[in-house]
Formats: sequence, structure tokens, C-alpha cells
Amino acid sequence: MRFYEYEAKALFRKHRLPLGAGEVVNSADEARAAFGRLAGPAVLKSQVLSGGRMKAGAVKFADSADEAAAHFDAILPIVVKGESARSILIEEKSPVAQEYFVAITWDGRRKQPVLVFSDMGGIDIEEVAEKHPDHVSKTHFSSILPLTPRIAKEAIGATGVGGSALNKLTPIVFELMKIFLEYDLTLAEINPLARLENGQFIVLDGHIDMEAEARGEHKALLDELGIGDDETRQARPPTEFELAGARVNAVDHRGVAGNVVEFDGNLGLVIGAGGGSLTLFDAVRKHGGKPANYCEIGGNPSVGKAKELTKLILSKPGVEKIAVMMNVVSNTRVDIVARGVVKGCIEAGKDPAETIAIFRIPGAWEDEGFKILEKYGVEYCDRSVSMYDAAGRAVAKMA
Amino acid sequence: MSILISKDTRFIVQGITGREAVNLTRENLDYGAKIVGGVTPGRAGRDVYGVPVYDCVRDVVEAHGQIEGSVVSVPPRFTKDAVFEALENGIQLIVVVTENIPRREVAQMVELANLRGARIIGPNCLGMISPEEAKMGGVGGPAANTRQAYAKGHIGVMSRSGGMTTKIASTLTAAGLGQSTCVSIGGDAIIGTTYAELMPLFEADPETHAIAIYSEPGGRMEAELAEWIQANNSRLPVVAFMAGRFMDEMKGMRFGHAGTIVEGKEDTTTEKIKRMEAAGISVAERIEEIPALLRKRLEEV
Repeated sequence: MRFYEYEAKALFRKHRLPLGAGEVVNSADEARAAFGRLAGPAVLKSQVLSGGRMKAGAVKFADSADEAAAHFDAILPIVVKGESARSILIEEKSPVAQEYFVAITWDGRRKQPVLVFSDMGGIDIEEVAEKHPDHVSKTHFSSILPLTPRIAKEAIGATGVGGSALNKLTPIVFELMKIFLEYDLTLAEINPLARLENGQFIVLDGHIDMEAEARGEHKALLDELGIGDDETRQARPPTEFELAGARVNAVDHRGVAGNVVEFDGNLGLVIGAGGGSLTLFDAVRKHGGKPANYCEIGGNPSVGKAKELTKLILSKPGVEKIAVMMNVVSNTRVDIVARGVVKGCIEAGKDPAETIAIFRIPGAWEDEGFKILEKYGVEYCDRSVSMYDAAGRAVAKMA
Repeated sequence: MSILISKDTRFIVQGITGREAVNLTRENLDYGAKIVGGVTPGRAGRDVYGVPVYDCVRDVVEAHGQIEGSVVSVPPRFTKDAVFEALENGIQLIVVVTENIPRREVAQMVELANLRGARIIGPNCLGMISPEEAKMGGVGGPAANTRQAYAKGHIGVMSRSGGMTTKIASTLTAAGLGQSTCVSIGGDAIIGTTYAELMPLFEADPETHAIAIYSEPGGRMEAELAEWIQANNSRLPVVAFMAGRFMDEMKGMRFGHAGTIVEGKEDTTTEKIKRMEAAGISVAERIEEIPALLRKRLEEV
């Protein structure tokens, strides 16, 4: 889950990383007033989760309070990669002598954190790595041995930085490494980290991603930053339909019937689980089908949950039929899912036989499940029909 | 032969009195596994299907001598400590079933395992099976179902999805291709043992003649496998099935497993398929194509 820039900076401030003066503003008047509290020229930056603000024109420089107010009005409505601004951050604009890049992330191959440092910050790090490999260092470090500053020092020194810059950068980079591990982050980045003309080092921009699984562990910090439990902070904000899917899954603690992602097709999918969902979704598309949604059922959800998920999917405009498909199940019970989806159709005012294009869940309690489906005239199949072919049957009914 | 486990492998189940662990213990025993003990703090003296329960791993080792393996099925918050406990008591092979463990903790477990010369499979996995010998973990479900899906033979299977491990094995079995060992490696961004790290074991196993893998978007594991095959001039033909092709257009969204997310160009299915094919791996469009592709590749050897 990604933090906004102003949240990342609040975390940095808490850890005494050097930052310039600045504040979050929500109106042109606030921008005007904030400008007055800064010492000189200012920069106004749209607060969005995605990159590419600069290109979209959502970062502007102001030399006067009036200009700051005008820029606020200009920036606020700009949509960056489909995302509207949450607020505007106004900060002092200081003359920069040099920019550095520092980031810490996980290396899944080495299974360790990796510290990436460059003395050519501010621009695309991939490009720097390609054209100036001697200006980028990558340093892996242990996640169990005590963290010490020498790793930061070595990483900085490896790009040719020495003298007082080395000594001033080391504690900043070391603090970022500590923050990375302490808060279960998947990315902690400062870019640019600037040396000002007055010799001071400050954080100009930062990115923070926290592991979704660790949110509970760091609730105190998230509360402090005002990040609510309902904010998924994925690549795009959740749709109403997806939020409703999350509510269905939260009805009771038995199994999973959720992880709904909205698509714009007409065939509703009730599918599971991890690898099976991916395989089935691909199969539907391969047959030319247009899924209305992705979802996951598994872990033996209750009848009520399967029912509510079915009703939700059927309530989506344009959805005519649903396909109920899973890999062979051993924990989830076929009869429970069958009862749930049939009930869901009926409560949605639809005929299960017409609405369920195919039911393909083989495995535990399948005889009991198939009996229910037969009673309602629903087409079903067992493991002798592959997931791929079952998806094909469902798509054929959409023609 | 097989890799990692055989009918002689003695292991324990940590968190044995939990609901899922009780089922898993039953299923493993029914399939012939040698489970010598279980651990749940505060429950010493009980038993689960005849398996004695202890408070600590140390107590099991004291009572039964050195044990080779452990299946860890405890809630996410306690998993790291359970794995550390297994490692510090000399256990060399640890299957971590638990999901939703943050990467930092997984990395810590793996780092300690490396220091102790031990191996972790998972987390977020269903363990592994050497058909008609033994299984360790929930892979295949109840023993009767497991016997239907898995048969002894010469194909090694590795999969990022637990359910799809069984799907691939049953497809192979139905086509008359048995398996040497099938490993559910786990669906997280950081896992104890990747495809490339299992390859040397399969390579050294004379009973394994070819490999089938189930792969997904996200991470660099497939690229690592491709590099390993090229660098080591592997004798084993590999056939891969790639799921989640729709995700290439869905950058930054997570589907299915924690590690299944497209973050850059390198972890799209398109790029992974390109790299695997360049390394000589055959990539199947459908699971049902895997047996024919394996046969074709085996004839070429």
C-alpha cells in the first residue's frame, strides 16, 4: 500500500530526516496563506499516488502568494493517470546544488533488502544504471544482523562520493534503512535527496510502500497519518462494486468469497481460488468471453457469503449470466457453494437455470452439490470436463 | 528415488492442534508419513491421531532423537518464531503453510535457515509429495484423493499455487506420466526455495527425467530459472504453464497470491514467456497440453 508524498514526509519528519518547510493545503486561500509562512519561492505539488505528476503539469512553482493561489486552482482539477488530487502540498523551493537517489526495496532472488544509491538523482534511476553504471551502487544487507551505518557508508562511497558529503549523507541513508525494516515497507525511496547551495542536505520527494499484510502491526502509525482501514491503496482506488465485494467477504469469518475486481464485460465470474482463478480468467478470455469481474472463493465459505457474492455480481449492470468454476476442491464444499449461488440467483429474481451458464466445481461433497443443481436445472460438470472447456461452454452461451 | 522427502522422512507438525493442522496430520498419516510428534505450547500430553503433542520442539527432539522436518501451520504472527524454533533445534527441512506473513519476517526466516544450512519451502504453500512414498503438507487433500491424483514416475513438478500442483499432477497421471516429487513452492514475493534452487536437486535425482512448472506474473523467479537452465546446461526438459496472462494490462494490481503483481516490464507474463522460451523451456497455453509437450521433449532427449 502506497503512501502519499505528504504522508511519507510525515513519517520522515517523525524520524528527524531533514525536510524543508511546507504544508498541505486544501483551498486557494490556504495556499495563499501558506505561501506567506514560507521564506521565499514555493513549489506546489498535487498529492496523487501515481507517478508522472510533473509531465501532467501538476507541479508548479510560485514566486508570490497570488501565484500560489492561482497554481492551486490550476493543479487541483488535473487528473494524473486517472487519479484526482487528494490535496496540494506547498513547500519552500530551495536552490539545489546536487541531487542524489536512495531507495531500499526487497530483492526476491537474494531474499534480502537491497539499498540502491546514486549521486545522479532526480532522473530515472533505470536510465542512470544503464548509462552510468559506476554512479549507481546496489548493496544487499542482512535483515537479522544488527543494522549499522557502515552499509550506508559503503553504498554511498561506491558511487565515488567522499568528503563531507559522505559524512552528511550516511546518517540520512542509515535512517531510511531503519525505517524500511521497522515499518515492514516494500519500498522506501528518497528522490531527490538534495544538497542545497548552502550545503544543507534535505529530502525533496519520497515514496513509501507498506506491505499490506503488515498493516495490523503498524496500526498506530497508520492512525497517526490518518490512513483508514478502507483505503486499499492499490494501483487505482477501489470501485463501489469492489468495496461491496469486500463487505460481502466481511459478513462472517468462514472462508473467502471476495477479492472482487471489476471489469467491463457481461459474464459474471464466481471462481476460485489463487492459481485456479488466474487460470479460469485467462480461459474465459481465450474463448473470447468478456468477464464482468474477477473474484476468489475458497477456504469453504458459508452459504450466505456465496449467496451475497452471487447477488452482488448479478446486480452489476450488463451482467446477464454467471459462470461458477473452480479447480478440484478438498476443503471447500461443492454443495455449499451450489446452494449459495442458486439462492443468490433466486433472491436476485432470476432463474438459476438461465442465469448460471455453467457450474464446474468438482471435489468434496460434489454428489450433494450436483443434486441441488439438477433440481434447479442448472448445467454442471465434474472433473472430466477441464477448466478450459468449462469456460468455453460458458462463453458459448453468451452469444 | 525422489527429492526432499521419502517414506523414511521423520517430521513434526508445529501448531498441530489447529483445525487445518489436525486435517493435515490425518491426511499425511493416511498417506504413510512418519509424523513423530507435534507442538502446541500448553498442550503437552495430548495427542492428535496418535501423534504425541509437546510444548516445544526441544522436547520432541529429546523424546524422539533428531528429526529431519517440520510442517509449520501456526497463525502469521507466530510463524517466524516457530520457524526459528525449528531451525535452532536442528531441523533441516521446514514447510511453512501459513500465509499473510510480511516479507521482512520471511526474509529473516530464510536468512537464519541459510546460516543453519537448512531449507524452507513456502510460506503460503501446500508442501510436497513424493507419490506412493510420503507427503508433507496439505498437498492433494485427503489421502484417497491424493492417491487418485498422484502416481509415482519421472516428472518433477514445481508450482507457485498449491491447488494447481495437484491439477498438474492429476493431468500428468491421467496421461500416464507419473511424478518423482511435486513441490508447492508458495505464492509469496519471497519464498524459501525457488524453482532455480530446486533444480540442482532434480538434476541430481536419476529418477527425474523432466520438469513441469506452474508459473504466474510477478517477481523474477521464472527469469532466475531460465538463467539457471542456460548456465548449467541442464539435462532436464522443462514445460511451463503460465497463468494470469490478463494481468499484463493490470499493472500494480494483486490477484490470487501475495506475490502475483505486475510491477514492471520484467515481471509480465509476456516477458517471462520470452525468457523461458529463450532458455529452451516449452510454454503451454493450456494445462491439458503439458503431457504431450513433455512426451515430445522426452523423445528429443
